[in-house]
Amino acid sequence: MASQDLYYVPDGSKWPIIATLALFTSFLGGAVWFNGGDIGKFILFIGLAAVAYMFHGWFKDVIKESLAGKYSKQVDVSFRMGMGWFILSEVMFFAAFFGALYYAREFSIPWLSGEGNGGHNGTHEFLWPAFQAAWPMNVMPDPSRYTQYTNVIPAFGVPALNTTLLLLSGVTVTLAHWALQKNNRKQLCSWLAATVLLGLVFLGFQVYEYVHAHQALDLTLKGGIYGSTFYMLTGFHGFHVSMGALMLAIILYRSIKGHFSKKDHFAFEAVAWYWHFVDVVWLGLFIFVYWI
Amino acid sequence: MSTLVKDTHHDHDHKPTGLKRWFFSTNHKDIGTLYLIFALTMFFVGGAMAMIIRAELFQPGLQFVDPQFYNSMVTIHALVMIFGAVMPAGVGLANWMIPLMIGAPDMALPRMNNMSFWILPFAFALLLSTIFMQGGGPAGGWTMYPPLVLQTGDAFPFLIFAVHFLGISSIMGAINIIATVFNMRAPGMSLMQMPLFVWTWVITSFLLIASLPVLAGAVTMLLTDKYFGTSFFSAAGGGDPVLFQHIFWFFGHPEVYILALPAFGIVSSIIPTFSRKPLFGYASMVYATASIAILSFFVWAHHMFTVGLPIKGELFFMYATMLIAVPTGVKVFNWMATMWRGSMTFETPMLFAIAFVILFTIGGFSGLMLGITPVDFQYHDTYFVVAHFHYVLLTGAVFALMGAVYYWLPKWTGHMYDERLGKIHFWLSTIAANVLFFPQHFLGLAGMPRRIPDYNIQFADFNMISSIGGFAYGLTQLLFIYIVIKCALGGKKAKAVSWEGARGLEWTVPSPAPFHTFETPPKIRKEMLENG
Repeated sequence: MASQDLYYVPDGSKWPIIATLALFTSFLGGAVWFNGGDIGKFILFIGLAAVAYMFHGWFKDVIKESLAGKYSKQVDVSFRMGMGWFILSEVMFFAAFFGALYYAREFSIPWLSGEGNGGHNGTHEFLWPAFQAAWPMNVMPDPSRYTQYTNVIPAFGVPALNTTLLLLSGVTVTLAHWALQKNNRKQLCSWLAATVLLGLVFLGFQVYEYVHAHQALDLTLKGGIYGSTFYMLTGFHGFHVSMGALMLAIILYRSIKGHFSKKDHFAFEAVAWYWHFVDVVWLGLFIFVYWI
Repeated sequence: MSTLVKDTHHDHDHKPTGLKRWFFSTNHKDIGTLYLIFALTMFFVGGAMAMIIRAELFQPGLQFVDPQFYNSMVTIHALVMIFGAVMPAGVGLANWMIPLMIGAPDMALPRMNNMSFWILPFAFALLLSTIFMQGGGPAGGWTMYPPLVLQTGDAFPFLIFAVHFLGISSIMGAINIIATVFNMRAPGMSLMQMPLFVWTWVITSFLLIASLPVLAGAVTMLLTDKYFGTSFFSAAGGGDPVLFQHIFWFFGHPEVYILALPAFGIVSSIIPTFSRKPLFGYASMVYATASIAILSFFVWAHHMFTVGLPIKGELFFMYATMLIAVPTGVKVFNWMATMWRGSMTFETPMLFAIAFVILFTIGGFSGLMLGITPVDFQYHDTYFVVAHFHYVLLTGAVFALMGAVYYWLPKWTGHMYDERLGKIHFWLSTIAANVLFFPQHFLGLAGMPRRIPDYNIQFADFNMISSIGGFAYGLTQLLFIYIVIKCALGGKKAKAVSWEGARGLEWTVPSPAPFHTFETPPKIRKEMLENG
């Protein structure tokens, strides 16, 4: 609760409306592109460039104000709450896809194979009587509409290695935090650099895995519900790791510039929370998508 | 963050001018005003679509529009009213009132607040532009069920991205409200001293943060099913169209309470004021609100009873749905107990609040009927459902929002509105809304399906009555605009405490509320609190 005598309210800013316009342009471009208009790609590119410009400008203003000592403890708490609840909203976004995976395995595939309703299952009896439940579901109920794959990525190969890498990066980011709390900037930068590196190696393996799955295993987004859940879950996670690695790189740059002090380093912590969040999501992926 | 600097910018009542004031705003009152004006505009846009719907249904047979366009009107009317009118109106009130009610200078994250608002007109530009596209606007219903929605023409990606965009806006708004309430309360104001409107908005914000990302996930799956060959909702690839309904309603049922809870908060402010008694059972109101919110995540499949769920699922979701009647009953009881032996007067806000209690309860009861699985098989997707949700959303949420506007207009504008016109607006609205929606119960029970532009001749009389009520309701709302504009431009000066029985921090600042309020935290005394 507030204990200060004065509150801080920031000045007006052009960035929110720029952010809105940038997102609007991106969505508009994406929609035009999906409808087959090639100019959509161009509009989308402009929109995304504007998003990047906006993030740069908005955060630059915030960092300037923070370094000028304008922010109170209360502002810091608002930022912390904002980041925390944002991460919860991300968790719920992933929950939708995990829910789809669970539903497919527990309900839709068994039902399509004739389970449930006392063995009287119309879809099975009349539409696809040959379909049998399996996971990974390699033979689709209607094979003519989806591509068949030869195999899936085994859990104990690249994914297990990637699990190790991400867990290790969770350790290094914590070591960086400890170094920061001891005001040891050199150690902070080294551990942060190690974290970024681990993130990038993870992404490299992920790209390798995707290429392998596409080319050697014929596993694509069109590979039925297995391909859909596999690529959407790992894809959105990979996107989040990319964003996290980018954010970590920016924090590394700011650490080198000496922006953070022992007590005052919310940006570092926010990115660390985010990094732990992608780490936890990965554990869910490793267990439910790759392993069991 | 070591020293506290008071920005020279905020001294006295210095306002930015011109376009900057509105586009770059970090002021909760200005942003709240923008939200409210936007919501009212969209209320008329969605209302115009409702008028088209009622004109088409005035008589059996096809009169004015072709069925595809009719269905797109039904679809967009719902999206506009939910995401464009009721939610933004609620957020607008939250913006204006929460900082005033908890003694904060502004919202916790004022710049993000500005972005939350400005997304809305752009997201609706994406959505409403679809009406003019190849294949027309989305016409598969606001629930966007596949496989039907996947047949949408060029409008499809615009629909999906509009939903994403609106979701971003709402999530940022919700984060802001939570941070404001938990971090910006004046010293000495504990959580259990907050006005109930603040409580309902905190809980609504939790619902928004937990449910809107799920909707974003669902529509993303629609998008990839259509354009990238995934098979989430295609049984041919091992998915299931019913999966969409599960994910959608996991969002959709909390969404119902996102629309209703702020209305509960408003009514809990208005009724004590005009009963000149503190709210009865304050703590139980808080717990009831929280219970409703938690339960709302476990009842989603009552929207899908006829889709072919296992019997265990039907029973679980039926019983869970019945449970919600308990905390809702607590609330209705408390509102009535607040009025019991109060020195009641019946100014326009109070009339709307009382009508809310009665008519929302009617909607609640028809909801209970729909929640009983075996009988839902008869009512499902009939006009009975349409009648039910318009009772809870129009005579429920919208009535409460209108009551809130009358209640706080003096604080916003510094003038009293025209009480005689306000009462006329109330009575015309109430009569018209009931003429509009009550006959729809009978239509539904007799078997008239929803989302159909033509109907059997046996439904003709009730449809004509309903349409007459609809036109009357639409016309009456023009009076509302007149009253609000008249009040903004002038009228009897409002006192700081604009209503005799009003309590709460918002009444300790002058009317109209100055551009900046509570730049230093107020000293809270018990008698200043709404529920003290």
